[in-house]
Amino acid sequence: MAVRTANVSRHYRMGDALVRAVDGISVDIRAGEFVALLGASGSGKSSLLNLVAGLDSPTSGAVTVHGNDLAALSREQLAKYRLHTVGMVFQSFNLIPSMSLLENVELPMRFAEVDRLERAALARESLERVGLGGRISHRPMELSGGEQQRASLARALINQPKLLLADEPTGNLDSRTGTEIMELIRSFNQSLGMTVLMVTHEQALAEKYAGRMLHLADGKLVDDLSNSGAREIPVQPAAQGGKTE
Amino acid sequence: MKFYDVADLAVRNLRESIFRNSLTTIGISVGVASLVAMLSLGIGLQQLASRRLQESGLFDTVVVTSRRDLHNFREQREVGPPPAESPVLDEGARSKIAQIPGVVEAYPDIRFITDLRMDGKTHLTMVAAVPFSAKNNNDAFDSLQGSFFSSAEAAEAILQKSFAEELLGITPKPGTDSTSLAELARPLLGKELTMRYAERASSSSSSSSSSAEGQSDRAAYSVISRERVLKIIGLTDLDPDSLRGGARARVFLPLKLAESLHIMQPNLRDTSASDAPSYTSLSVRVENPNQVPAIEGAIKKMGFGAFSLVDASRSMRQFFSVLDAFLAIFGSLALAVASIGIVNTLVMAILERRREIGIMKALGASDADVRGLFFAEAGAMGLVGGAAGVTLGWLIGRAINFGTNIYLKRQNFPMAQIWSVPLWLVLGAIGFSIVVSLVSGLYPASRAARLDPVQALRYE
Repeated sequence: MAVRTANVSRHYRMGDALVRAVDGISVDIRAGEFVALLGASGSGKSSLLNLVAGLDSPTSGAVTVHGNDLAALSREQLAKYRLHTVGMVFQSFNLIPSMSLLENVELPMRFAEVDRLERAALARESLERVGLGGRISHRPMELSGGEQQRASLARALINQPKLLLADEPTGNLDSRTGTEIMELIRSFNQSLGMTVLMVTHEQALAEKYAGRMLHLADGKLVDDLSNSGAREIPVQPAAQGGKTE
Repeated sequence: MKFYDVADLAVRNLRESIFRNSLTTIGISVGVASLVAMLSLGIGLQQLASRRLQESGLFDTVVVTSRRDLHNFREQREVGPPPAESPVLDEGARSKIAQIPGVVEAYPDIRFITDLRMDGKTHLTMVAAVPFSAKNNNDAFDSLQGSFFSSAEAAEAILQKSFAEELLGITPKPGTDSTSLAELARPLLGKELTMRYAERASSSSSSSSSSAEGQSDRAAYSVISRERVLKIIGLTDLDPDSLRGGARARVFLPLKLAESLHIMQPNLRDTSASDAPSYTSLSVRVENPNQVPAIEGAIKKMGFGAFSLVDASRSMRQFFSVLDAFLAIFGSLALAVASIGIVNTLVMAILERRREIGIMKALGASDADVRGLFFAEAGAMGLVGGAAGVTLGWLIGRAINFGTNIYLKRQNFPMAQIWSVPLWLVLGAIGFSIVVSLVSGLYPASRAARLDPVQALRYE
């Protein structure tokens, strides 16, 4: 199993209110699956993604990725996990503006202590793969949104992660550019056998590209459908009366 | 991350906010400059004092006395044979002492009071003999008008300023220094003085009244009145009452000449009937003041009394160490202020780069990577600020030295190097600047490392 969440919850306080961002979600994702996390804003999609990315720690329950219980890992081990196991793509691209595309793509390899010459060659190759071979010395601000997201994808894949986590990767793009990005993600999923967990609120996009759709509402998993329409697991009932108390 | 990558990213980040980082770096460099300028002056003054003292011959000299001299009560408590059995401080002892490793020369202290006549007038004064080597290694004759002795045995004399005034019949007004040495030298240089002295002749060359009886050695010589013409070749303003003043001597002769004249001295001991005299004291000049204690010990082992001013030199070094420490503390105050600037700059950088830190953490940067990056930025500012500060401090010290020398020149004092920037100060100041910067970077770096990546990624 690539990803397993066991009754995982992430609650936090906002003033006097307790916010249940993720509330007892249990889900298994197999290696190589392309899974879309769907739901309205505030349904807990990004919070669940952050838990799987090891950027946040669950209040209760467990997240296991490729056999690693993330709750048992130290901060240092979590950093290594993010470096080698996970690749992340964000809605707002999150490229570092002061660096060229090549330097942005090289950045994770600096953390992995890859030799300078080797990483330059790998970064160039990765950018060529996403169609940006001619723009390596450009800064992010000089590129279109689609190009920035492609560069972001190249960076996410540079350390050959087993799991690609994409948080609304087409959210800031027009539909044509969004489709291009989704095609790229699907090609990596299929050619590299990489597990993809993608947050989106676009049902059509999810139906077109994802093999499985997890619907979240108020921090709970409300539906788990394969693209063929088959229900993967018994779905927990949605919480009544909103997600805060 | 590898060191190169940390350094590369740090320099890149510093370049991104070049104006603010430059201001912080200038703050550091001003702090380092004040430290370097203060210490360079402290060190320079210490070196000047050491050099002057070394040149004065006070700290590289051991005075050797015979323990036979009953007046030499200082040595009574010293270890060694009883005074009566102590060896004689004669020519043999002098050559033995001269052979001790590290000894440059050993010469007797010859001083006597005598009459000097010029233009028919007689003047009574103290005369002292000066070794020819004093020409190069003694600053007592730095301000000499005229010239030093032409040879070790030349019949020449150097006069002290007050004696020159006496010869010319000038009475200086109390509290004034109206007559310059050059003015006094003009009428005196090249003139001749006649020195009347008492020669100690051995019994063989004069009366042999008591030697035949084989009793008292003291009666085994006679005293002959003699005269010697000396050419005035130089004038010095050396204070006759100072430690370097040749024990109040106002006329100086070459040592070899004085020895060849066999002048009867009140402090010259004669314990043998032979022509060779024995001495009350010898001055032993050593190569290096550090060797003084060892040579002093070796001479004491030979059975002589020995003392030096090395303890005073040690006290001087101690004084300058304290002075340097005070100067360093005052110089460091500016650097302490600059370190607050580093903290401020780095905390601002964390706020500005909050999102960037979040991205780096999401991409796999560890806390140590982020901490290292901020440390490197602080260290780089310390390095550049330190190097610039040393240069600035060097220039300030040089300017002060230049200004001081202009003042000294106007006051008719010799020029002096009162400033010195040794290599250890350059390296130490840069190192200190880096350490202070790293310490200042501790809080910002640890704050950046602890940043929650989820919060940081949400930050706009």
